[in-house]
Amino acid sequence: MSDLLEVRDLLVRRDGRPVLEIERLTVAPGEVLAVIGPNGAGKSTLLLALARLIEPARGKIRFAGQPLTGRDDLAYRRAIALVLQEPLLLQASVFDNVAAGLRFRRMRGAEVDRRVETWLARLGIAHLRDRPAGRLSGGEARRVSLARAFAIQPRLLLLDEPFGALDPPTRAALLDDLQALLAETGQTTVLVTHDLDEALRLGDRVAVLLAGRLRQCGRPEEVFAAPADAEVASFVGMETILSGRVLSCEEGRTIVEVSGHRLEAVGAVAPGQAVLFCLRPEDVTLWPRDGMPVSSARNRLAGRITALAPHGALVRVALDCGFPLLALVTRASAQELGLAPGMEVLASFKASAVHLIPHR
Amino acid sequence: MNLIWQGIQNAIWLLTGGDAEVWQITLLSLRVSGLATAISLLIGLPLGSTFALGRFPGRSFFLSLINTGMALPPVVVGLVVSILLWRSGPLGGLRLIYTPAAIVIAQTVIAAPVVTGLTAAALQQLDPRLRLQLLGLGASRLQMVLALWREARLPLLAALMAGFGSVISEVGASMMVGGNIRFQTRVLTTAIVLETGKGDFARAIALGVLLLALTYLVNLTLTWIQQRGARR
Repeated sequence: MSDLLEVRDLLVRRDGRPVLEIERLTVAPGEVLAVIGPNGAGKSTLLLALARLIEPARGKIRFAGQPLTGRDDLAYRRAIALVLQEPLLLQASVFDNVAAGLRFRRMRGAEVDRRVETWLARLGIAHLRDRPAGRLSGGEARRVSLARAFAIQPRLLLLDEPFGALDPPTRAALLDDLQALLAETGQTTVLVTHDLDEALRLGDRVAVLLAGRLRQCGRPEEVFAAPADAEVASFVGMETILSGRVLSCEEGRTIVEVSGHRLEAVGAVAPGQAVLFCLRPEDVTLWPRDGMPVSSARNRLAGRITALAPHGALVRVALDCGFPLLALVTRASAQELGLAPGMEVLASFKASAVHLIPHR
Repeated sequence: MNLIWQGIQNAIWLLTGGDAEVWQITLLSLRVSGLATAISLLIGLPLGSTFALGRFPGRSFFLSLINTGMALPPVVVGLVVSILLWRSGPLGGLRLIYTPAAIVIAQTVIAAPVVTGLTAAALQQLDPRLRLQLLGLGASRLQMVLALWREARLPLLAALMAGFGSVISEVGASMMVGGNIRFQTRVLTTAIVLETGKGDFARAIALGVLLLALTYLVNLTLTWIQQRGARR
């Protein structure tokens, strides 16, 4: 299927200085593209450029196969919907806020009512219908902002950090609901976030934007397990990210199958659920093959050292345990253990050190 | 005190007794200042919006001019409009000097910068990202501006009240360009000046009370509309 959106050779300057340079970026119909990057990477600028709300110094944007020109900006903006970081609701009722985009499109009253009621219900805020926007909590305002965009039933939805500044429970609930909505509707979406969890959970593909440049774009597990470069790896942080499936979950203990190994994690994830098994190298401890003492670590694996590299005061050890595993150990430990490439060792890590991310 | 009490009694008598001249003066004041405020709104809303939302060279300079215009002395306005409308002046052919139209022109010159400056301030205090959000929801430029006016409706109504207040209470310009001609260009403020000059304090106080009551009623209505909007 041809791409719904295609960006080529995009350059955005601010005060004469280039702040965003994208050679090529595409979004397929029905796809959720998560654009991740640290603050100041140019993520919001990219979203505004995609919404044609800032004029690039050069570059082409094709939408549904047609190149966009300044003349069709309004028609294009009426085919899309933008949700900015702040909810930015109007001083009106929740109903009127959700209806705003529809009224801009001169939609008839009955259809406006139907759409608004539908999306208020789907976002779980039907009871807030007549409440003034000024009297909403942060989480409620975000839901209204999302309902306002979804009600338009846009061909392309642009979301800029839709969960920013929410408390963890509110954020988690909204993240669950948005994930379900995106899956149900097949809404083509570009999501901008600095949060890796959001990108992993919502994105069909992840694009890593660093210092205004697109550094890597691909399926989330590809991007997170095999960062294209050191900066991406540094941004992604979790250097061991493995696909797994939950075998069982009892009393907070979750057994995950990763490449034929049964590994234990802490958390409540339904059996059968596909997960990303994430581990930071500093949480992995290495032992001699025949000398592992009694330990509280629930996960123990035999592996062969494939590489050693100094990492500041530590040593980075790459292992083959049937899957790639990275460990960081002190130089003293590396010397004491006599670590060397090809050496067989035992690796252990606590169940609580594992981060499981449910994945579609 | 006796003088003031007499004046209030006289005011009640004038209002309830149906003094035709007082009602004619009051209605003319309301008509002239209301029209000047309405024209100022027609000029000030789009102009203030342009200054607040537009990005063009000299914008700050024009805004500073408008802000200076908010403090224009009415007598200076009266002088300039008189010169323009004077029979031998550049617009003398229009024969507007000493007509209600001349007062409307002078009062518009006084009120328009007030409405323009306060409109610009009202829109500038809105979150600038709101414009992007409205456009991102499919608003045309006009729909965006209308939505912003709606968002700023409270300070915009305050701008309207300030504009009306600046002209209903001014006397210098109305006197100079209107001439305070009985049954033609006499408005409440010029009538008060005249009655005070004649020493008829009771009638002057009565007219003053009437002016205050009129201003209060107009502002009461606008405030009611404003606060009704604030509760929504």
